[in-house]
Formats: sequence, structure tokens, C-alpha cells
Amino acid sequence: MTNKHVNAVVIGAGAGGGPVAKELATNGLSVVLFERGGWAKYDDHDDDELISQRTTVLGNAFGPHRDKHWRVVVNSRNGDETIVYPHEGGYNNNAACVGSGTVSYGAMAWRFMPQDFRMKSIYGHVEGSTLEDWPITYNDLDPYYEKAEWEIGVSGQDPQNPFVPERKKHLPMPPFEYNREGKMLYEAAQRRGWNPFPIPMLRNSIPYNGRPACYRMRTCVGFACPVNAKCGTHNTVIPVALASGNCELRINCQVAEIMVNDQGKATGIKYFDENGKGQIQTADVVVVSGSATETARLLLNSKSKLFPNGAGNNYDWVGRNLQGHAYTGAVGLFDKDLYDDVGPGATVAISDFNHGNDGIIGGGMLANEFFRLPYLFTNQHSPGSPSWGKLHKDFQRQNYKRTMSVKGPYQEIPNFEARITVDSKVKDYWGIPVGKLMGARHPADRKGCEFLADRCEEWLLEAGAYKVWKEVGGGGGLSGGQHQAGTCRMGNDKKTSVTNKLGQLHEIDNVFVADGSLMVTNGGFNPALTIMALGFYVGDQIVKQWNGTHLKS
Amino acid sequence: MNLNRRQFIHSLGLACGSLLLFPACGGKTKPVWRFLTEAEAATVIAIAEQIIPADQDPGATDAGVINFIDKQLAGFYSNFQENYRNGIAALNKFCTEKHGQLFEKLEWDKQTEVLKLMEKNSIEGDYWKENPSSRFFRMLRDHSMQGFYGSPRHGGNKDYVSYKMIRIDYPHVIGQNRYAPRCETLNAYAK
Repeated sequence: MTNKHVNAVVIGAGAGGGPVAKELATNGLSVVLFERGGWAKYDDHDDDELISQRTTVLGNAFGPHRDKHWRVVVNSRNGDETIVYPHEGGYNNNAACVGSGTVSYGAMAWRFMPQDFRMKSIYGHVEGSTLEDWPITYNDLDPYYEKAEWEIGVSGQDPQNPFVPERKKHLPMPPFEYNREGKMLYEAAQRRGWNPFPIPMLRNSIPYNGRPACYRMRTCVGFACPVNAKCGTHNTVIPVALASGNCELRINCQVAEIMVNDQGKATGIKYFDENGKGQIQTADVVVVSGSATETARLLLNSKSKLFPNGAGNNYDWVGRNLQGHAYTGAVGLFDKDLYDDVGPGATVAISDFNHGNDGIIGGGMLANEFFRLPYLFTNQHSPGSPSWGKLHKDFQRQNYKRTMSVKGPYQEIPNFEARITVDSKVKDYWGIPVGKLMGARHPADRKGCEFLADRCEEWLLEAGAYKVWKEVGGGGGLSGGQHQAGTCRMGNDKKTSVTNKLGQLHEIDNVFVADGSLMVTNGGFNPALTIMALGFYVGDQIVKQWNGTHLKS
Repeated sequence: MNLNRRQFIHSLGLACGSLLLFPACGGKTKPVWRFLTEAEAATVIAIAEQIIPADQDPGATDAGVINFIDKQLAGFYSNFQENYRNGIAALNKFCTEKHGQLFEKLEWDKQTEVLKLMEKNSIEGDYWKENPSSRFFRMLRDHSMQGFYGSPRHGGNKDYVSYKMIRIDYPHVIGQNRYAPRCETLNAYAK
């Protein structure tokens, strides 16, 4: 059976691929949207902490699964290579299901700040790093942030944050109320002269877009929403794409390779269908949105006559500059119950320390942490105190409801050696070379993390904690994680970037990237809304070129 | 009083695993574990009880941590089977040679001492040459915590004992505790 030729294939139905598929399909292009997982439901694992996307000791709730997926991780200290599975920390997992991480995320809905697009101009060259400006500005992305906020759905109230970038249109939903710890931290931040505000969230604070309001369960981060109040691409733009009649969703399909002809044009993709059978889907345009790891892996695995080192990789930039977020913060103990079960926990943030910190490159927003569920909390004890036995049990019993954690994502400083390659010796279930992760963080990360952790400590002490300890991130090892970014950097020079400023490969003009891979720097914020905005942005660029008939074969 | 309860549970563990898990343990029927042998299970029960001892609240034995561990060893944790088998054997070889008894037969405080040595890789001799004792201990620590604090569906946390201990409701109807100040069904269920 031959698959009918289509205008576009979109690979990966997550935060980036969903908006692209919707933009293309509603503008009249025929689209096949590929997803390696299936549809996820709350009932698959409901409130089971041990099989969620946050705590994966007994597996990932929404995939991928260890029977078909693995990667190689190179130890940055001794060069040892280890095979890691998706439920293990070093794998850097993102969910494999329709909507990907947007089904089970904490759903913070941050816009990056204008400074985040101009890191090199502001902070200058940093030795040992590839810190650079984006080829587009905040203003270029603003209309696409707005589309993401309205079409996918964001609650919040920006004017309370004096550092928030200008926007043309307000958010569609009011903010969530603070929970008990949120109120305490709000008042404490004000006493310190900081500027606390409610965290913008991709969750319905009121009924919106045909779905009900959130009822604030504790099991939210890492779980699907039982009432469908969390806004992801699976319950917004992907259904819209399908309803257009122009988009077919093909689930449980593993894409192996982008086919590139001898003229340097992509002709379509090779993939394995849900029965493991090899298939070909030809298309005029190929859009890759598989996350920073899988997007780079697919390009690197797509070798052809003109691109022996992978599609668009003749200058060896594909897979480079892998970055994530160095989470850093502090934990405080209080002498009264704070826990009010108004989930998922994080409600209040400050953006006072994203930029303009003495001696620090960038910074990050700080917020109260999502609730730690009971097993996760077993590792939340103070340094030096026992991790087992009677004293540990006493700590659990006494402090589960009396502990507050404040933390934030430090904007990592990218470097060229933190990267994804492919391992020709290790193949996955389908025989496709697996991704291989190597490199380490830039030392600037640790310094930034120490600075932010100090602020977190101050904040908790001001809120009344009788004991505080810091959990400083950014040390050693490789970053990435769910906030992985940067591996197909956009830029104006094809020798120092992978795509142009439209998200189009410099070297293959009918292949586009639309996910966190494009991001030159990762902001001091959770990246989901920015990835969605990039999806809308790249989708729009493709439609514009398509209408100019440039891409039609 | 706490000590008495702990010693009581401890002695129960020595005698026949857990009374709660095996009501027939005094009779002819013996528990059939999925992976562990009965002797291995006795050692794991004793270690888990050290990690989460009974006091005014139930401990690992009451919570069925052994059931969790054995169930996972026959399932998602099947890749740890060898680590368990070798680790338990090494521990009991050490305890027999140095203290004349299997781990679970040692006095409570002696057991604690042995585990602390294991945690720090401080046991002399070549009992742990291939896999450090600290790694074996850490695995048992983590798995015990998972069995005690994780969802009961995986075989541990019997009757939601840990959730009750840290005072959080786990309603049987999703979201029920959004609408009521306390989850009464859970309390009713517990009675």
C-alpha cells in the first residue's frame, strides 16, 4: 500500500507540532501529523505517583516505554558510556503521547522577556560558551505568544508583574487564587520590596474553550487532568487541525528518516507504523518537532548524498548547544501547617531576578514549588539528617504539611560540546541508531544558581521558616531534561546555526524545525508557551511561503 | 510503649513474616512469594522494618512493603533480581560469619549498626566486592520507601497507612475532597 502524497508531514504532536499542524491544516494544506505514542487518558494511571511523568520509578505514565526506547549517555567525567531507559534520570525524557508533555506538565505559561532574545548583546561574549542573540526579537514572537495564549488558553494577570514584557492583548482568563503558602510568600516578597504576582498557567481558571475550570487537585504535575481543565495541544489545536478535514493523525508511528534527494530537497519520510511495518510518506514539506533530542537525532539519522553527516548538518551544528534549566532553590520548615491541598501547589512567582543581577549572566524567575507527593518527599529531608529509620519517619510525619520549597529555572549558558549525536552501534527496537548525549554544563550555571538559591533562602526566612536549607543546582554533568532546547539553533549564518530565522533549514529549504530545538537560549522560565509560540510562528512562515508557491512541488 | 510495639512487630517478623499479610502463617499453608524465597523475604522484611520502623504509626511490615518489593521484582524491577539475590546472600554471609546469625535474627540495635556500615561501604572483607554494599542498601531504602509511600495498587501502603500518617486524604472518588472539608469515605473505609 502506498500512502497518498500530502503537502506536509509534521513529526511530533507536542507543544511545537500541534500548533504547526493546526496552522497548516486550517490554511488548506493537507497534513499528516505523526506521533510515536498514542492518546493519553487520566484513567491510564490516574493519581499513581510511582508511574507518573514526574516520578517514574515504575515507568513513565505517558511514555515512552523502555521496551522500545533507550539512549546512550556519556559520563562527562570519565567518558563511560551507559545505556539509559526512559524512566531513568539521565534519559532526558519527554512524554510520548498526543500532546506530549502538555498533557501532564505543570502548565506554567511564561513569555520570555525581551532580554532573553538578546543575551549576547546584553552580557557580551562568555568564554567557553556559544551564548548568542536570537535572530528574531520578542516583538517578532509577540503575536504568536498571543495566539498560544488565546487558542490554547492561559490564565493570569500580567500587570502585577512590573517586569512583564509589553503585550497587545490581555490574557483570556483571570489568575488562580493563591493557596496558603502562596499568600505567605506573596506577603513576604512584598516585605522584601520584591514584586510577587500570580503565575500564568495553561489551565482553565474559569470554563474556557468548551472545557471546565480546574478544581485544583494535588496530582496535576506528572498526571493527565481528570476533568480536562489543563490546556495542552491534545485538547486544543490538534482537535482543531483534525476538524479542518485536512489533517490526519497517525499515532504509534516511529519516524526513522527524512528522505533527501540528490538535488538536496526533502521528498518525505520513512517511518514504522503501529504494526512495526516500514512505510514511506511523501510530502512537499517536512516539519520536525520531536523535542531537542529527537529532532536532532532524526536529522542526524537522515544521511544522503549531499548530507553525509545528516540533514542540514554540513557545518556540524545539528545536536549542538543542548541546554535545559538548572533548577535551584531552597526548602524551609515551618512550625505550623501550610499545606492546604489546594493544588497543584505553585501559585506565586517573582521575576525580580531574571536580569540585572550583579556579576551574574541572566537569572531566572522564582516560584513556590509544586506539591511534593509522599514518595518524592522522602528525599526532601535537611542535609545531614537521616534518609531512613525512626528519625526519617518522624521527619515525614511532622513536616509533610509544614514544608515549603521555592525554586526557579536558571537560564543556562549554552556550550558547543553539550550535544546529541547518534550511536551507530546502538540501535533501538526498530533498528534506528539511538541518540547519544554528551558534554557538561557551562561553569557559569553554578554561579547563577548560587545567587538565585540565596534569594530563595531569603524569601523563605522572610515568610517565617525556622529552618532553611539550599538546594543549589547547576553543578557538573549534562543538562537537558524536559526543558531541553537549543540543538537546531536558529540564526542568520548557516555556518553557526541550523535554521534561518523562519525555522527553515539553511541547507534544505523544504524542511522546517518547530520545537525547543530552535531556541538559541532558553530563558529563565519554563519553555512550554515559547515552544507553542514558535510552533505558531513557524506554521505561519510555512503558510506564507506556501501561498507564494515557493514550496509546492 | 513505642519500643514495645516495635519489638512486638520485630519479633513477628522473625517468626513468620507478617501476621497481617499471612493470616495462615501459623498453620500449614506457607506464603508463596513471586520471586523471593521465604528465607530471603525474612531478611528483606527485617531490613525494610529498620528503614521504616513501626512506632505510634505502622511500619514497613504492617504496610506490606515486602509484598510491594516481591511483586515488583517479578515485574518492573525484574532487572534487580540478581542484585537482591546476591545482596541478601552477602549480607547473611557477613552476619553469620561475624555475628553468628542471619541478619533478621540479630538484635534490633545490631541490625541498625550493620545497615549503617553498609550505607557507608564500611564493612570489611570481600562480601561486597562486585556491587558495593551502599548501592544495595540504597536500593532497598528506595524500594522500601516506594512500598510504604506509593500507591497501594502496587502492593504496599496497605490501608493507606502512610497517607494517614502524613495526614492527607486519598478519596476513593476522584476530587471528592475538593467539595468536602474532610474525606469521610476514607475514614469510613478504614473502620
